[in-house]
Amino acid sequence: MSALSASALLLAVEHVSLSFGGVKAVTDISFSVPRGEICALIGPNGAGKSSLLNVINGVYRPQGGRVVYDGLVTSRSAPRQAALGGIARTFQNVALFKGMSVLDNVLTGRNVRVGAGWIEQVLGLPRARAEADLHRHRAEEILAFLHIQAHRDTPVGKLPYGLQKRVELARAIASEPQLLLLDEPMAGMNLEEKMDMSCFILDINRDLGTTVVLIEHDLGVVMDISDHVVVLDYGRKIADGPPARVRDDPQVIAAYIGAH
Amino acid sequence: MDFFLEVLIGGLLAGIMYSMVAIGFVLIYKASGVFNFAQGSMVLFAALTFVSLVERGFAFWSAFATTLGAMLALAWAIERGVLRPLVNRPPITLFMATLGVSFIIEGLAQLLWGAQVHGLELGIKDEPIDLGGILLSRFDLFAAGIAALLVLALSLLFSRTRIGLSLRSVASDPLAALATGIRVQRIWAVVWAVAGFVGLIAGLLWGARLGVQFSLSLVVLKALPVLIIGGFSSIGGAIVGGLIVGAGEKLAEVYAGPVIGDGLENWFPYVLALLFLLVRPAGLFGQRTIERV
Repeated sequence: MSALSASALLLAVEHVSLSFGGVKAVTDISFSVPRGEICALIGPNGAGKSSLLNVINGVYRPQGGRVVYDGLVTSRSAPRQAALGGIARTFQNVALFKGMSVLDNVLTGRNVRVGAGWIEQVLGLPRARAEADLHRHRAEEILAFLHIQAHRDTPVGKLPYGLQKRVELARAIASEPQLLLLDEPMAGMNLEEKMDMSCFILDINRDLGTTVVLIEHDLGVVMDISDHVVVLDYGRKIADGPPARVRDDPQVIAAYIGAH
Repeated sequence: MDFFLEVLIGGLLAGIMYSMVAIGFVLIYKASGVFNFAQGSMVLFAALTFVSLVERGFAFWSAFATTLGAMLALAWAIERGVLRPLVNRPPITLFMATLGVSFIIEGLAQLLWGAQVHGLELGIKDEPIDLGGILLSRFDLFAAGIAALLVLALSLLFSRTRIGLSLRSVASDPLAALATGIRVQRIWAVVWAVAGFVGLIAGLLWGARLGVQFSLSLVVLKALPVLIIGGFSSIGGAIVGGLIVGAGEKLAEVYAGPVIGDGLENWFPYVLALLFLLVRPAGLFGQRTIERV
């Protein structure tokens, strides 16, 4: 592989295998994600998609293979290192801080960007104050970007599900990540909410230059917004390529329809 | 009127003492959703360690520093050894674990320092001073001053720094907090350390007030109504709850006691707490749980 193409890659998953006890979740999976693209991971339930996201952001350590992120091997890192390195994520079941306001939730996303120590913050020293203003300002920008300013002070638990998903997205991009991992960002949404969410993901990718890896079951959405689709079935990769080609792949059709 | 004020202010000052214990609970509860029953025995352990060191010839500050070190080690051991392995278990499991820890600490304290009652002298004479015709206990005023300082320091720590926001996020969803890059384990360690420190302060004040003995760990039982009234997750609530309990029990004792019977002071706070449970289960400042059904 040439030096040029290596630096164009943000993420490379190389021969990753993961099992829980005797159950193999993921077997020898490799794929790579160039900077700036939207990559979709699809496959039937239990195909190993979420496990793979958990490997990428350091929740699970793979038994075999490695993950190269931004030129560094990260397969032995923990979620905090991943977050500091610029990987942010959302969860399949919304994992927000329910009693806290929308703004506070988004501010927690800024946590990795805090430079001032707690003593400076207690004393209200200039650097800590300037930083607090900046974080507040960036959080407001993100609320505006995702059209949730009106809910700024609402406790997240009181918002409808579709908006909660959006707040979770806001918290993830608040850290200004290079790589955004979205675990079923549109699960349980109606058509209109899905279209909104698709637009937001495209906006984030285009305006902020964030590389996105997402898991999604709605194939229509996947084909519309992604540059690149990786198909998993029973923990193995069965297809990898641009949406148009993957859609017509006989193995993919078989996995989805069950025909052979 | 002067007599009423005297009783009221005396009650409020005594209430602050309850608040000191309650704050220790609130800290742990906020960070990990655990009702740490062992807070009471931490208070006892602190007072006993301090007083035993002083009796062995330590100067005040070196005894204070040594005890603080012991409290931090104890808090660290509980967090690391008991609660962390039990993370994500149901609240009742955690509560039972802290109950067990509570008895272990008491046993340990007895093993280490013996079971006799010690007097603890902080150098503040418990004699009344006259403020505009109202007699107030010098010691109570001192304790209230310490409590005010403590609360000020804690609120600065939790409102100004990211520790406060991190604390609430960790309490709400540890996994999500981890993914946003919050050092969950460090937050827990900080909170337990602070709870240990608060336990030490409460132990010194209560020890000086009641003498250092094993019944000191029973102050937990007085902290309970304070927490129910103020709310389990608010430091401000612990203060207000303490004031209400302190003033309420003294006024009840003085004005209703002669009618209903002596000792009203001892059970009146629980009546108050029961009323609050019926009317406002989350307490005055507690976070109401929001659940969509």
